[in-house]
Amino acid sequence: MARIILGLVAGLVFGLGLVISGMSNPAKVLNFLDLFGTWDPSLAFVMGGAVLVTVIGYRLVWARGTPLIDARFELPAKTDLDPRLLSGAAVFGVGWGLGGFCPGPALTAIPLGASGTMIFVPAMLIGMWLARQAPAGLLTPRSAQS
Amino acid sequence: MTEFTPVASAIGGAMIGLSAVMLMLFMGRIAGISGIASRLLPPVAEDYGWRLAFVVGLIAAPIVYQQVSEQPIEQTVSGDLVLMGLAGLLVGFGSVFGGGCTSGHGVCGLSRLSVRSLIATVVFMVVAFVTVFLVRHGLGG
Repeated sequence: MARIILGLVAGLVFGLGLVISGMSNPAKVLNFLDLFGTWDPSLAFVMGGAVLVTVIGYRLVWARGTPLIDARFELPAKTDLDPRLLSGAAVFGVGWGLGGFCPGPALTAIPLGASGTMIFVPAMLIGMWLARQAPAGLLTPRSAQS
Repeated sequence: MTEFTPVASAIGGAMIGLSAVMLMLFMGRIAGISGIASRLLPPVAEDYGWRLAFVVGLIAAPIVYQQVSEQPIEQTVSGDLVLMGLAGLLVGFGSVFGGGCTSGHGVCGLSRLSVRSLIATVVFMVVAFVTVFLVRHGLGG
């Protein structure tokens, strides 16, 4: 139950952050990405604020040794720059540049009810599902598979 | 045009950071939206409860914001449904295939000083800059 409440509060704070920062508005994201047009640097301030709090907060939390509810920290262990990482990031970048939505803002934008959002979100979920069906070895060099 | 909002954007960003720190403090988890959301799809993760609650919180946010502030939320979304469908498909596939999006690789990964996440963030930012340039200035725009 503690996890459910925590998840709900964390999701709400995250979503409010997206709304207040203006990131639930794809036009603002697209204008950040439009360096040679109607450039709006706001997104850099969102990232700056988020990373500043997280860099400091993570260090304070890790200094405790264990999380409050769970037994240990679940941190990604991978360090290699595999083709999946690079191709996935590139595909994501194309979609982000076309629509101005990344996954968080797209979900937060649902109650605002724009028709573009109502198409984007189901398509995004299908894309996510497809990526999870992709075989683990896809795009990994044969020699690197264990 | 959209208005440059450095203060509101930095405050909103700090709240996103606060959410990420909360997940780490209580559950030792990374606040990656693509990871949290995609594991609600079949095969559903065993620990779906907090993930579902997180997504419910995300979706409730604009409703709560409007109740509290009584301010409208400005938003312009493309009405080109073919474009938005394609964009959604690419965002969903790419973020999960590449192991993270703006939150997981961007905010959390950079904060962990992960080289992998830094490279992923640079790649999707550069590709997105180029995509917007082509759409707005390159292809007859």
